[in-house]
Amino acid sequence: MKILVAVKRVIDYNVQIRVKEDGTGVVTDNVKMSTNPPDDNAVEEAVKIKEAGKAKEIVAVTVGEDKAQETVRKALAVGADRGIHVKVEGTIEPLAVSKVLQKIVDKEKPDLVFMGKQAIDDDCNQTGQMLAALLNWPQATFASKIEVKDKSLEVTREVDEGLETIEVNIPAIVTCDLRLNEPRYASLPNIMKAKKKPIEQINASDLGVDTGQRIQQIKVEEPPKRKAGIKVANVEELVQKLKNEAKVI
Amino acid sequence: MSNREVMEYDVVIVGGGPSGLSTAIKLKQLKSDLNVCLLEKASEIGAHILSGNVFETRALDELLPNWKELNSPIKTKVSKEKFLFLGKKNSLSWPTWLLPKVQHNKNNYIISLANLCRWLAEQAESLGVEIFPGFPASEVLYNDDGSVKGIATQDMGLDKEGNKKDSFEPGMELHAKVTVFAEGCRGHLGKQLIKKFELDKGKNPQQYGIGFKEIWEINEKNHEEGLVMHTAGWPLDSKTYGGSFLYHAENKQIFLGYVIGLDYQNPHLSPFDEFQRFKTHPAIKKIIEGGKRISYGARALIEGGLQSLPKMFMPGALLVGCDAGTLNMPKIKGSHTAMKSGMIAAETIFEHLEQQKDLSVYEEKFNKSWVYKELHAARNVKPSFSWGLILGILFTGIDQILFRGKLPFTLKHKHADHETLKLAKDMPKIEYPKPDNVITFDKTSSVYLTGTNHADNQPVHLKLKNPDLPISFTLDKFDEPAQRYCPVGVYEVQTENNVKKFVINSQNCIHCKTCDIKEPSQNINWVTPEGGGGPKYGNM
Repeated sequence: MKILVAVKRVIDYNVQIRVKEDGTGVVTDNVKMSTNPPDDNAVEEAVKIKEAGKAKEIVAVTVGEDKAQETVRKALAVGADRGIHVKVEGTIEPLAVSKVLQKIVDKEKPDLVFMGKQAIDDDCNQTGQMLAALLNWPQATFASKIEVKDKSLEVTREVDEGLETIEVNIPAIVTCDLRLNEPRYASLPNIMKAKKKPIEQINASDLGVDTGQRIQQIKVEEPPKRKAGIKVANVEELVQKLKNEAKVI
Repeated sequence: MSNREVMEYDVVIVGGGPSGLSTAIKLKQLKSDLNVCLLEKASEIGAHILSGNVFETRALDELLPNWKELNSPIKTKVSKEKFLFLGKKNSLSWPTWLLPKVQHNKNNYIISLANLCRWLAEQAESLGVEIFPGFPASEVLYNDDGSVKGIATQDMGLDKEGNKKDSFEPGMELHAKVTVFAEGCRGHLGKQLIKKFELDKGKNPQQYGIGFKEIWEINEKNHEEGLVMHTAGWPLDSKTYGGSFLYHAENKQIFLGYVIGLDYQNPHLSPFDEFQRFKTHPAIKKIIEGGKRISYGARALIEGGLQSLPKMFMPGALLVGCDAGTLNMPKIKGSHTAMKSGMIAAETIFEHLEQQKDLSVYEEKFNKSWVYKELHAARNVKPSFSWGLILGILFTGIDQILFRGKLPFTLKHKHADHETLKLAKDMPKIEYPKPDNVITFDKTSSVYLTGTNHADNQPVHLKLKNPDLPISFTLDKFDEPAQRYCPVGVYEVQTENNVKKFVINSQNCIHCKTCDIKEPSQNINWVTPEGGGGPKYGNM
């Protein structure tokens, strides 16, 4: 079995996001970037499946600028076998990413495609679903447990009501939740070895995919500042404030 | 620890700041087939770098003469200089021609040192240096003959009690013919080496300062790209050594900062709050008003100069940059001297490997270099300020302007910084104004801007030699100054059921090392946390 794992480079989750003054987006200059956290879970799960002897090869793929390669390099350091970097400049929307991934799937013919349930930068939560539609493959989203069976996967999904267990036939798309596993550290020896693993470079334009923007972004602004809290002396005052000031009861 | 993997290199460099990166680049320039490995504890190169910074290009001109063609982040030339003495409400502009020559910045640039390091790392990698960010060197390894063999990286995946978690990854041993320690001010391995090899024997105690920096985006009308301004005086009393910097960088940003000598005496003093209060001075407030603070950070720096500079070589290893202490205090610059010390180290290593010369030639080379001349001329400035601000300025005027640092005597640093605190009961308490969240801020909102984080379930990396001492001794005698000198509020004294408790919020630590320096009983030992932890500075 072969697993394709998609990883995305995003602003590190520790960084305080700053909106550009002109409202055209968020500041990315001089900002620490990392792999989208649930993508790390996707890579980890693929590596675990391989370690259990149920997969033969893991291919990590990213779509983005030159520096997006760092995310592939990290996936290689924790156990992916080789990488693909599809080069695109500037913003790329989920639909375009799905189409690029569709082409990569046509080429690589994996049995499974893993990725994070959503990226922490735009929070779209669309790429996996769109890719499933484009390929006409079954999808299992928000996976918090994956069991590989003969020709199918049993996937536990994190849904609003609790946990839902479904079975999907292989080939399938799985988008991974943070609860799926605890990603391992990339050890220094493995990072050294990963530097020697191959990363194939492909231009998105050579794949015949239109990566142009379809969504017009009107404005990005900071959420309104939260007012400072107050201390109340007793329950009566609390009830009174909730009634008269906050008007919530 | 036989289960650790081992890699052999010609040279291993600990730390990806200006000195370590310059060492690496110079080594590869001298001999391209040397195996050079550089480790950095931050998640990426530059993420733990914090500096003013007005950059003198002298060392870089020698290292990469074509730096202007290499798309370097050195762009904003200093266009104008100001020096203000601040009173409580007023300010006196000091004519720049009356400043010592070393404080003139005519040919210098306003830069982000973090970005310079990122760029230097690209240059080093293109020459074949292997750079590994996210890997703190936690331990020095020795050969049987006592010489330095290399280092070991930190184990990853230990829980609070030091047990192995599922994700445990043992550290790795990196052995080298020569190991270069470039950890910056108060490096935790450098500290051990200085002690073990008695490198500071016969030297004055090292002197430190704590430096704060904020980046502000300010109103266009207040911004004057290339303007460099320094202040002395208020809010510090005349016995406390310190001052501010305010550099107008590109993109409407200013780099605003404050440095306070860690030889301050009043345990009630809070360096963080002095810096915040400083911003409320009319001469400063008018510049930042209407602007927005976008970054915050702090880092200890070296102020001891030549008198405190330890021997920089030992069997199998060298110290470079501020891991030894090459900062030029009156110049308020250390990047160019750090770089040069690294370049000299590289030449030494090259001759050591090629011609079997002893590593002690490092000292001869260093003493013949312009770094030594600079530091020698600068040596009397900092100690003279132990007489107070006015006498310090008078003496510095005579020493630096009339004699250009050539007076035939050398003043001494008498005390280490942890010895200078007076008893809390004998010193005045200081009332600091409450932050307004516009110009001034509290530590909580500030630490948020540093992006610092440490995985929560890992051993505390701020180790108390005696865990009872903070409450049983330091609280009573010095009102536990850790609550105040820590720039991000790592240390708290909490009362629970009438029992006082010393709390260490180590996940907030920004690796400034101030506690390791200033704790009056030297009770706090800063060790490396898990790799990748600590601040995520952008263009600091």
